[in-house]
Amino acid sequence: MNPMQIKIEEATKQGKMGLIPYLPAGFPNREQFWKELEELDAAGVSVIEIGMPFSDPVADGPVVEKAALKCLADGINLTWILDELKKRKGQFNAALLLMGYLNPVYQYGVDKFAADCEAAGVSGLIIADIPLEESGFLKKALTPHGVSLVPLVGLNTSKERMKLYAENASGFCYFVSVLGTTGQRESLPERIKEKLAEAKEVFDIPIALGFGIKHPDQLTQFEGLMDAAVFGSALITHIENGNSSAEFMEPWI
Amino acid sequence: MKKGYFGDFGGQFIPELLMPPLIELEEAMETILPSEEFQTRFTNMLKENVGRPSTITYCPNISKDLGLDLWLKREDLNHSGAHKINNTLGQGLLAKMMGKDVLLAETGAGMHGVATAVAAAMLDMKAVIYMGATDIVRQAPNVGRMKLMGAEIVSVESGTKTLKDAINEALRRWLADQETTHYCFGTAAGPHPFPTLVREFQQIISKEARQQYMDRNDGDLPDVVVACVGGGSNAIGMFHHFIPDESVKLVGVEAAGTGEPGCDDSAPLDHGTEGILHGMKTQLLQTEEGQILPSHSIAPGLDYPGVGPEHAHLQATGRGDYVTINDAQAINAFKTLSQREGIIPALESSHAVAYAIEHKEELQGKSVLICLSGRGDKDLGILDQIL
Repeated sequence: MNPMQIKIEEATKQGKMGLIPYLPAGFPNREQFWKELEELDAAGVSVIEIGMPFSDPVADGPVVEKAALKCLADGINLTWILDELKKRKGQFNAALLLMGYLNPVYQYGVDKFAADCEAAGVSGLIIADIPLEESGFLKKALTPHGVSLVPLVGLNTSKERMKLYAENASGFCYFVSVLGTTGQRESLPERIKEKLAEAKEVFDIPIALGFGIKHPDQLTQFEGLMDAAVFGSALITHIENGNSSAEFMEPWI
Repeated sequence: MKKGYFGDFGGQFIPELLMPPLIELEEAMETILPSEEFQTRFTNMLKENVGRPSTITYCPNISKDLGLDLWLKREDLNHSGAHKINNTLGQGLLAKMMGKDVLLAETGAGMHGVATAVAAAMLDMKAVIYMGATDIVRQAPNVGRMKLMGAEIVSVESGTKTLKDAINEALRRWLADQETTHYCFGTAAGPHPFPTLVREFQQIISKEARQQYMDRNDGDLPDVVVACVGGGSNAIGMFHHFIPDESVKLVGVEAAGTGEPGCDDSAPLDHGTEGILHGMKTQLLQTEEGQILPSHSIAPGLDYPGVGPEHAHLQATGRGDYVTINDAQAINAFKTLSQREGIIPALESSHAVAYAIEHKEELQGKSVLICLSGRGDKDLGILDQIL
């Protein structure tokens, strides 16, 4: 079983929600980034999602884009991320997940990328611009190295498409809560419930809800329909304001 | 061949949340597009509103100067001054019949934005146009036209503040507003089915030009067909019906920018590498790490680091020949066509005209048919600063 699923299920078995914080690699700077990751890990999160910078992040809102472009300007690249993770392999209790866009991974070489992910202790990958139709070659490269390609589905994904995504899916399923980009929202659409229930029925792996989440209070309405929560923009803003990841995690624990 | 691919290029590299509207569009292409109602209305709009067919023009003075036969396909004479309207009226009507209320578009030079504003006004729809902040300044007359026709202009302040970034923002908007909005993509690029859909609406350029040329030349075909290539919509429209004519050389002209070493340009076919951007696998200007590089051309409509996937394929198979022309050569062609023939070309189309001037030795005695994709009134501000 993929470590991401194991970690999320460890939380749910204790009656808790799996927690998946997102930070762009190298944010807010190279040294501080690892401290933030250690704090998040110490807070008992299930999966740590690390953003790989890309010049044209179409699925991201302004907070993530600005933070990621700053990291890109600082020279953060896939080699740095994978090398530094390799040095720290085994130090994190949480499972590790990389998130980004296809082109940097494609230029790195998908086979080399998959092998280096395994060597760095990375269990999963989210590629925002790869739908089912184009995912075959990437899955083929990742599977032998135990790296899951996390499926993203949302409010406009038909049950039929969900079923196609669910075939051979591992790790967890990422349910996108809004039709839009990443970023904090005050309220989440009502109709999430209905679609979440559908996803829960179709997938036999945990369901994580992401996009627009800033506080656990937003999620009480979805109890029983989701297993984990992903949050990024709110955490980034919190750190940008000079606060620590440990503080941010307090209401979540 | 895999669906949505031209050889190794094309595809649908786009977030899952954009797949339902792309699938909806593909279905509309199969059902609405071939319908008698669509075809009748569209043909009528092209005739009554655009003024099609656009003529071809022989250029006697430049032909004599250069020692070749120069012909122009006059897309600059279309209503709104460029080939863009062929596509926006097609997509606009398709969207209207799909039940959409809003036409969303990106624009670089502003020509696609203007053409989208025309389509929206004609079809009683709303136009929302994303335009880079840099382009808003350098193409101010087109911004005024769009506003006058009721379009909402959104200034894009992210990244390089040009076409590439306008596409990013438009994709984000479409993701959010997909139920009511059609993304009227401006060029034969982006995720499937846009490269095919835009070609479908632009192929009329070569359909007309091929017949017009033969009618004027005792059934002969031209030796060379030339078009400028940014995203590549006028070029694919100009090439399409000539592709089976093996005797006809197809030349796509990319923008070399200033042409100085180390400066940005807009020539991914000339020296780009294969990669993925804006939903397609194609040739891109990018770093070794896959970050997209800024592009530059004096012609805002060519200022794009990628290119439509069918051009990447035509280049890979050798059917298309892709060359570059720099800013100075394009300005020279702009002035030459204005002074010698009384036709003011768009700076984009000037790159295609410059090909004939710069390659006159190898073109001696040959017939050259160039797509004059747009008129140059919009560029006088840029020229004023330089001349």
